Amino acid sequence: MFDVKKIRKDFPILERKVHGKPLVYLDSAASSQKPQHVIDAIANYYKTIHANIHRSIHSLGEEATAAYEEAHQRTAIFINSTSWREIIFTKNTTESLNLLAYTLPQLWKEGDEIIVSRKEHHSNFVPWQQSAKIHGLMLKVVSLTKEGTIDRDHLRSLLTKKTRLVSVVHMSNVLGVVEDIKTLASIVHANKTETGESTLFSVDGAQSVPHMPINVQDIDCDFLSFSSHKMLGPTGIGVLYGKKKLLEKMPAFLFGGGMVGIVTEKETTYGDLPWKFEAGTPDIAGAVGFSAALVYLQKIGMENIWKHEQGITRYTLQRLREQKDVTIYGPADEKKTRGAVISFNLAHIHAHDVISLLDKEGIAARAGHHCCQPLLDFMNLAATARISAYLYTTKGDIDLFIHALDTIRKVFSR
Amino acid sequence: MSFDTMYMENILDHYKNPHNKGRVEKVDVINKEKNPSCGDEIEVSAMLTDNKEIAEVKFDGHGCAISQASISMLTDILPGKKVEEVMKIGKADVIELLCIDIAPMRIKCAMLGLRVLQRGILKHEGKDAQYIYLSEI
Repeated sequence: MFDVKKIRKDFPILERKVHGKPLVYLDSAASSQKPQHVIDAIANYYKTIHANIHRSIHSLGEEATAAYEEAHQRTAIFINSTSWREIIFTKNTTESLNLLAYTLPQLWKEGDEIIVSRKEHHSNFVPWQQSAKIHGLMLKVVSLTKEGTIDRDHLRSLLTKKTRLVSVVHMSNVLGVVEDIKTLASIVHANKTETGESTLFSVDGAQSVPHMPINVQDIDCDFLSFSSHKMLGPTGIGVLYGKKKLLEKMPAFLFGGGMVGIVTEKETTYGDLPWKFEAGTPDIAGAVGFSAALVYLQKIGMENIWKHEQGITRYTLQRLREQKDVTIYGPADEKKTRGAVISFNLAHIHAHDVISLLDKEGIAARAGHHCCQPLLDFMNLAATARISAYLYTTKGDIDLFIHALDTIRKVFSR
Repeated sequence: MSFDTMYMENILDHYKNPHNKGRVEKVDVINKEKNPSCGDEIEVSAMLTDNKEIAEVKFDGHGCAISQASISMLTDILPGKKVEEVMKIGKADVIELLCIDIAPMRIKCAMLGLRVLQRGILKHEGKDAQYIYLSEI
């Protein structure tokens, strides 16, 4: 039974006040808050286990190594990957996507093509744009339908024998739109390159993995990137999932300790997956905290979390539609598949002013281009205000937010 | 009133009825830049006298109440000042001018117009404008 009141008790920060008012946290799409369970796991790790991993033969080293490897295993189970060796820990989604953008093009040739969509976060846009410049690749941008989903006909028309990879966002951090990622995967994989291989499909799951059940085998994506800190875990650790046969073929990303097999003065062989892609001492405590977050999420159930957030989304859209001076970006119709990320603007009041004034009411939300400048340029907007929910968000939070909009209007009508 | 001084009446007055909006007739200095953190774009133009004083300064563009009020107020007080004096204006001066208790994350909004002008002056003098940052905290 999903009990939001009980869940909220697990998050100590939700007790605090901001400007003398109870905190209403509506910025989980930027970063989620952390349950005591995760905070304790990190503290306990440092209090009782910590040592460096892999090469320490003493007990602490063995325990730390076991805890670090277990985090990979839990992640694999969480997204239903066939092997924990397909889970690479990075710093965050951005680094995961950079890993791909730095290594994959080394297997391609000049003139090969990459496709991203117009609504990509800078983290799934800039690495490919810059990689294209370095390697002489062509970056194509697929357009969107009125609903904000990827225009499949346009995607089909962009795919050629030279298209090596399509990398797209699962759930937009601006529009909240959720893609039918499985269908996109089948469209992309149906395309064959000159060498007879299928075009690769990479998914930016930063906004989707924290909020809904994800099954990489069912989706059949080649790569999936996401971050711990958006799903109750600590900052500083992220995930790149990749199909084993692809990861084995790819060149290494960062070089150094931990990722090697045999090193001579002239040559180096690389370690087994996933270590080949994890150079240097990793964020062990981060992995332990992330692991605890996964346990917490699984205990509550991703289906339940998605259902709860759908309820909050429906309610927020209803309330926002009652406001005559509010423009909602992305599908305003709750029947469309969209997550609990809602961008809006209040007529005649700049998004930054809206957010500053919400803050005075204890409400944490966000304004700006949300790291999606190409999308906002296309929408002819400089900034939007954005609220986003998670498993601890209540309808009461939304009511306080709607009420605060009135207070903002009053300030500006003085 | 639960709001602090950040949205005082004079700020909102300048926001709703900005002073010196547009472009000066005889352009000596002109610069248009985007605030990289919020996407707001602002253009500042200035006419100079023969002894390098600001004769007139105007601005254009859209932004939040803080950025618009700040540059609007500045356009009132800058005429008569020497260019090198304008270059010395800093964060403390702008906060004093605005008379507000500004949140740290909004400093760059308050500074945007001034920094665009200062970078414009450097460009006008053929100097490197790189050392003036738009993303000031």
